[in-house]
Amino acid sequence: MSKKKETIINVALIAGLLLVLYIMEHVMAPTAMIFTVLKKGAIYALVAVSMNLLNGFTGLFSLGQAGFMLLGAYTYGILTIPVEQRINVYQYFDGGIVQFTVPVAAALVAAGIVAAIFAYLIGLPVLRLKSDYLAIATLGFAEIIRAVFQWDKLGPLTNGSNLLRSYPTFKSVIFPFVVSGICIAIIVMLINSTYGRAFKAIRDDEVAAEAMGINLAHHKRIAFTVSSFFAGISGALLAMYQTTIQASMFKSAMTYEILLIVVIGGIGSVTGSCISSFLFITCSEWLLRFLDNDTYIGDFHVPLLRSGFRKVVFSIIIMIIVLFFRQGIMGTREFSVQRICDFFTGKSRKKKAVKGGGSNE
Amino acid sequence: MEWFSRNLPYLLAGISVGGQYALIAIGYTMVYGILRLINFAHGDIFMVAGLIMVYLSASLPVYVAIPIVLVATVVIGFLVERVAYKPLRQAPRMSIMISAIGVSYLLQNLALYITGGLAQQYPSIPWISDTIQVFGATTKRVTVITPVLTIVLVIALVILIKHTKIGMAMRAASKDFETSQLMGIKINSVISMTFIIGSFLAAVASLLYFSNYTGVVPTSGAMPGLKAFVAAVFGGIGSIPGAVIGAFIIGICENIIKGMGLTTFSDAFTFALLIVILIAKPTGLFGEKATDKV
Amino acid sequence: MKKKALSVLMTAAIAAATVVGTAASAFAADTVKIGVYEPASGDNGAGGKQETLGIQYANSLTPTVEIDGTEYNVELDIVDNESSTDKGPSAASTLVSDGVSIVLGSYGSGVSIAASDIFKDGGVPAMGVTCTNPQVTQGNTHYFRICFLDPFQGTVLANFAQDNFEAKKAYILTKLGDDYSAGLGHYFKKAFEELGGEVVEETFPDGNSDFTSYITSAKNAEADVFFAPVSTEAAALIIEQAAAQGMEMPLLAGDTWDSNVILNAAKGKDVQIYVTTFYQEGGNPEFDEGMKEYVNSDSTAKANNGGDDTIAAVSAMGFDAYYVALEALKAAGSPDPAKVNEALWDVTYEGVCGKVEFDDENGDAIRDTAYVKTANTETGAWDFVGEQGVK
Repeated sequence: MSKKKETIINVALIAGLLLVLYIMEHVMAPTAMIFTVLKKGAIYALVAVSMNLLNGFTGLFSLGQAGFMLLGAYTYGILTIPVEQRINVYQYFDGGIVQFTVPVAAALVAAGIVAAIFAYLIGLPVLRLKSDYLAIATLGFAEIIRAVFQWDKLGPLTNGSNLLRSYPTFKSVIFPFVVSGICIAIIVMLINSTYGRAFKAIRDDEVAAEAMGINLAHHKRIAFTVSSFFAGISGALLAMYQTTIQASMFKSAMTYEILLIVVIGGIGSVTGSCISSFLFITCSEWLLRFLDNDTYIGDFHVPLLRSGFRKVVFSIIIMIIVLFFRQGIMGTREFSVQRICDFFTGKSRKKKAVKGGGSNE
Repeated sequence: MEWFSRNLPYLLAGISVGGQYALIAIGYTMVYGILRLINFAHGDIFMVAGLIMVYLSASLPVYVAIPIVLVATVVIGFLVERVAYKPLRQAPRMSIMISAIGVSYLLQNLALYITGGLAQQYPSIPWISDTIQVFGATTKRVTVITPVLTIVLVIALVILIKHTKIGMAMRAASKDFETSQLMGIKINSVISMTFIIGSFLAAVASLLYFSNYTGVVPTSGAMPGLKAFVAAVFGGIGSIPGAVIGAFIIGICENIIKGMGLTTFSDAFTFALLIVILIAKPTGLFGEKATDKV
Repeated sequence: MKKKALSVLMTAAIAAATVVGTAASAFAADTVKIGVYEPASGDNGAGGKQETLGIQYANSLTPTVEIDGTEYNVELDIVDNESSTDKGPSAASTLVSDGVSIVLGSYGSGVSIAASDIFKDGGVPAMGVTCTNPQVTQGNTHYFRICFLDPFQGTVLANFAQDNFEAKKAYILTKLGDDYSAGLGHYFKKAFEELGGEVVEETFPDGNSDFTSYITSAKNAEADVFFAPVSTEAAALIIEQAAAQGMEMPLLAGDTWDSNVILNAAKGKDVQIYVTTFYQEGGNPEFDEGMKEYVNSDSTAKANNGGDDTIAAVSAMGFDAYYVALEALKAAGSPDPAKVNEALWDVTYEGVCGKVEFDDENGDAIRDTAYVKTANTETGAWDFVGEQGVK
């Protein structure tokens, strides 16, 4: 298959997917659980890909994702709450100090930019650190950001530790798909550019990369800032999905969840991250819910099933993946039409090396 | 004198919690010294020790329960290493760290399942839970015992490491992992021993910590664990006295910050301290060699 | 080859599970579903379980309802919102997609506010049982509540503190990021200052278990009362550490503290605890007896009630909420959520905790008294202090 043909097929796939979503929305009840899963899955796909850009493609082990999502979510919320609602939302702070709103699209971009600016500043000192020290420092920064946003002296801006709400949200499942899709496409383009190749070189061997003339500090900073930019946008999307946000929900547990999605999908695979985020959300929000309920088959009380069991099963599955399937679903490969054809026609991988396709989002 | 009696309780609380962080921090610093692994699950082992005590003391007298808690925690620490870390010894450092995060997730969720998500009331241990007077401040006896016990245990540990064969093997392994293997050191038993000592001290810390703050929830271990890790970095990772001093400093500072009314930042301060240390003096207070941190 | 077959199989299995999952939620024959949106884990797990217990007890007494001439089975659809504002909305979506006619809950105001828009978008009315923050119902027409509000409760507590302890200075400790806690603290402060008192405010972050410094600060501030509107989990720690440090000032709190968790923590210790609440055990002997029997008959129920048969006010409130929901269903003449929503405005009901009637603006219950009780540290039970209104 030629490259051109593949592009056409990919575009057709994306268009087909959007069409299917559109039809589904008109046929099925809008409250169906599948829409909740799809919305949240699309948002997590974006943040997982943005984390993968750092961890998988640049080899920077960062655990600050929740902090950047917080920045994005708050930026979006603060900029878009309608002026007449502010007195209710900022009830302890006389309506807050921000007395204007910006359009949703502008607020989404602003969410990304604020997160990126903070990432740039944080990156100046911490990107000098390596592997686990970088991880723990970024984790620390995320915690500090969370504490600052809860500080009541900043209340007129952030509403202290109270909820932000009443900002515009989305109803249609197509919205998060389109926004995430565009963002992921941009990340994929970045990965396939000369920058992307430099990132991979840094991941594989820093010393060699530097010897080849790659400016380490510069490229690391770009990867970190870009990743945070998209984490910020996904934070804003998450805020829209949740309808309310609060600093206390962006805990390190959130970062760990995203990290596990990346690991399940395969560190270094964009499509892997997308697939695994939908799988992860579907299982945790929907399919495995039955594990949490007391169940009787006839008179037989199924043992072990009670509140909390879902999470135990889930964490055991994750441990199995981490220990025995370290490659995750996709390894470092990408999903593409070519692969599917090969898979069913039985061509071996070795005969035909396959390059990464576009996003199948 | 007035000023002293007003502020003494903050200091006492700080010293006591510092001692408990110190016992946890030793587990981090020893494991990191040898495996270069931030054992994210260590804080959760501390929490599990607390839960075991809650459930055991419901049916057994305290003096029987305490030794069982110590043994059970050690066994769990040993098993975690064998199951989750040993198979990944040749894997990249990132994989083993992800595995540690996975274990932490698993232990927390197991605890959530078993407790049904409710806080468990820690039993009061006779004598150490009693209320006493220290220079006019009222507190629990455990507050005073903690620093003493911590220092005794640390001295014992230092003697173990300096003067026994296994201690020498540990020092060798942390100096140079590969070469020590070539010298005939059974690296797996050395690593297991590290985890056993770490878990034992975490169990002791949990006895002291939960006697003071008597609620055990699945996330109880997360914050003390992270703070203990910061203490270990602060003191210079791999250095046991460093970890202990770091832990006391963090415990005291934290309570002073609370006393000043900046409670929002009592956790954030710890992380700020961590970042400053990592950037300004990555080897910490007592770190010996420049490792590959920066 | 084997590997390939396996992966095809797995994909098929996932697809099949999806189909089954969708199909399972499709059937419904003469059943009306009432959603129970309550925490069963996390900070407020203990209280949420007790509230659910009251609803379950009511459901066991009256498992059917006659709507427009047809007998319907009432099915409770219980989800766990994990006391967290980020897990809550997903749990709420589950209820909406299950097709419930009305939602009861939640214990804890923050999660209720967080899920409010999900219920609104799904067209399902919700009825708060014990969430007292004004923001839950403010400015919307789908969220109702049957309990009193924080501005009322805060004022009651401020009055009580000054009447009984001649308090001039109050120490307020609230939890960061908890809307209930922050709200009640705020209204208490406002009322207390209006009465000429002085306050010192502090907050503690999530996951904090060391309260000794806060207690020291309260002592150093020479406060007359210690006001801590926090979850029972933190409350147990505060009581324990206050007793260990020999704190003499009385502890004051709102409705969350009316729980046997507090009684167990306070038993045998030298502390004074006063709480405001919705219901006092003994207020309705028939209900008390039935509820105790229900709790004692089932080991799970007993465990959910905290291991004994003390009746929590939130259980009584849950009990009432269930009957208010049935009244609304009857008045609506249909299990259609939109009709139930309309009917709710005019529902009145005489419950074990007093009369329930909604105001026309926000759908809040009209209530003007709260009960004050104190923990008896010898018997481990609540002693009734009196009714307290607003001056």
